[in-house]
Amino acid sequence: MATPTVPPPTLVVAPTTGRTRLRRVLRGIVRPLRESHGVARFMLVTGLAVTLLMVGLAAFAPVVAPYGFNQVADADGTRFGNHVPPGADHWFGTSVQGLDVFSRVVWGARTAVAVVLLALAFSLFIGVLLGIVAGFVGRWLDRALVLVMDALYALPALLLAIVVAFLLSEYVGGGVTTAALAITAVYVPQYFRVVRAATVSAKEQTYVEAARAMGAGPVTIMSRYLLGNVVHSVPVIATLNAADAILTLAGLGFLGYGIQPTEAAEWGYDLQRAISDAGAGIWWTGLFPGAAIVLLVLGLTLVGEGLNETTNPAIRVRRLLPVTIPRRLPEQDGEETR
Amino acid sequence: MSTRTSGSLRTYLLTRLLLFIPNVLIILTIVFVLMRVAPGDPVSVARGGQLPPEQIAMLRRQAGYDRPLLVQYWEYLSGVVRLDFGRTITDSREVTQILVTNGGATLTLTLAALVVAVLIGVPLGLLAGRRRDTTLDGGVRVFGILTYAAPVFFVGLLLQLLFARTLGWLPSSSQATPIMQARVPTRTHIYLLDALLAGDTEAFFNGLQHLILPALTLGLLLSGVFLRIVRVNVVQTLRDDYVEAARARGVPERRVVIQHAFRNALVPFVTVLGLNVALLLGGAILTEQTFNWPGVGSQLVRYLQNRDYVAVQGIVTMFALAVVTISLIIDLVNAIIDPRVRY
Repeated sequence: MATPTVPPPTLVVAPTTGRTRLRRVLRGIVRPLRESHGVARFMLVTGLAVTLLMVGLAAFAPVVAPYGFNQVADADGTRFGNHVPPGADHWFGTSVQGLDVFSRVVWGARTAVAVVLLALAFSLFIGVLLGIVAGFVGRWLDRALVLVMDALYALPALLLAIVVAFLLSEYVGGGVTTAALAITAVYVPQYFRVVRAATVSAKEQTYVEAARAMGAGPVTIMSRYLLGNVVHSVPVIATLNAADAILTLAGLGFLGYGIQPTEAAEWGYDLQRAISDAGAGIWWTGLFPGAAIVLLVLGLTLVGEGLNETTNPAIRVRRLLPVTIPRRLPEQDGEETR
Repeated sequence: MSTRTSGSLRTYLLTRLLLFIPNVLIILTIVFVLMRVAPGDPVSVARGGQLPPEQIAMLRRQAGYDRPLLVQYWEYLSGVVRLDFGRTITDSREVTQILVTNGGATLTLTLAALVVAVLIGVPLGLLAGRRRDTTLDGGVRVFGILTYAAPVFFVGLLLQLLFARTLGWLPSSSQATPIMQARVPTRTHIYLLDALLAGDTEAFFNGLQHLILPALTLGLLLSGVFLRIVRVNVVQTLRDDYVEAARARGVPERRVVIQHAFRNALVPFVTVLGLNVALLLGGAILTEQTFNWPGVGSQLVRYLQNRDYVAVQGIVTMFALAVVTISLIIDLVNAIIDPRVRY
């Protein structure tokens, strides 16, 4: 129950220049990294490195990938051949349709990152907005929204995503947007819960009362006073959700929903095709896309866990203890760590 | 004090039971709205182009899709109360029949997975919590994160490659070999139970062999969750006052750890189980698909591919009801065994 001690944005700081605000934002981003230590720091740094590697792959996919995601022949028209084992021509081999697995993995990173970013933006927007409004307005609106969100949360995530993707594929088609919207439906309730809870406790604070006394309307209070103070736990959830979203996307693809094979490369779809290869002992079509999923999810999870351990006061206190004690009582150091 | 406690238990149980009704109602409404916001009606989507228009119109009338949405909503709700989830469009099966014929396979898989998860997760969690911040602890934690980060179908694929293909020890798909399945008379629709009832040990062991890889796949996913919670609880209880007190009384360390710390660390386990029912069922859908396991999840995927709205709506409703009901039962059990839960 961390009540924000940050002073509310007062009207006096109105002439804030863009530079200092940018600097404040940047400092806020780097702070967890600077304050972390030990296991948390290791997790943050490793996670960031792995995540950045995958995001880099996604960003530079056209440069990194030797072939297109649905290319079955090279520039002069010679076909790659089906189920070619990994070698110099095809680092990760080729699939049953004669697609270059390495290129599929690289393009798949681009799809995954795009879908997750979109889904994150959608669900953050909807979840935070509904959470603040429900927490601030209260009464029947709050109760109704809580009931609906709890019900959505009770459904198995994959099932919800499947149903939404199934319905959207009727009229939006099976592209990145469909997959992103299906995943959005899964994660809105989580942001809603956290932000609503924070809003309910923050709206009783004196600065909100002061703002109201000065004649600020509900919209001003929500956007200028509450928003900045209730989103502090969002980064951790967002990172962990991004990891989970990758798994949901892959699950959708594995079941044949979400992204159609003609639209983009998708790891889950590739794994679905690889299941039948496994019986024939062809391991490369499944191993590499699977490893890519594990790597990206692992990276994001490590970042999320690391952030949680540095920013969550409940855990942070425990982490700091072994550091503070030897400084005060160096002679008991040996006993304390035992 | 004791009367107050039992009173609070009764209040808690009553509130929880009463909340169950709006809870289910809202979930059903969400499922209904989701399934009906789509344009067109289920019959034309599933059979459009296959049947002449007049026949489709007749089917629509039969299924009641020409009536106002509110009437359909009422029909759907009252159907669920009567445990009638409708009849599939594509192969005209009762949706409840899907649960009867395929539910056994899903039940077998999920229960076996739970056993695997407990067998792997609990001892590892206890061990990691006891030897906190050692290499062993680090290794166990990495294992926990890996079980989460690896999608079930990827784990399934790797297990198939290793145990079925390379080593050739275990079969990689379906519940049993076709000959065995034909030999065992169907009574309960739970293959292993049927084999036992028929007294066919060979068929039973054949079924067990087929169960190992799917159960391991789904069990590994859950074992990570169990491991984490057990580890954290052991770390916390080992720091509690009563553990300290036991040590001060001169209770041997072995006994302190096993009788005092471990036992209390396992209490929140039930709650975690309740929170992960949804994860288990979602994972079951993927596992069934990976191992060609004839459960409800694989049926759902089949009907999705055939665009059969009624079947999809019915199966999703059953899944949702299962999750809510199991959560309710676990909450109630929890309230009875752990007084701290009754707020």
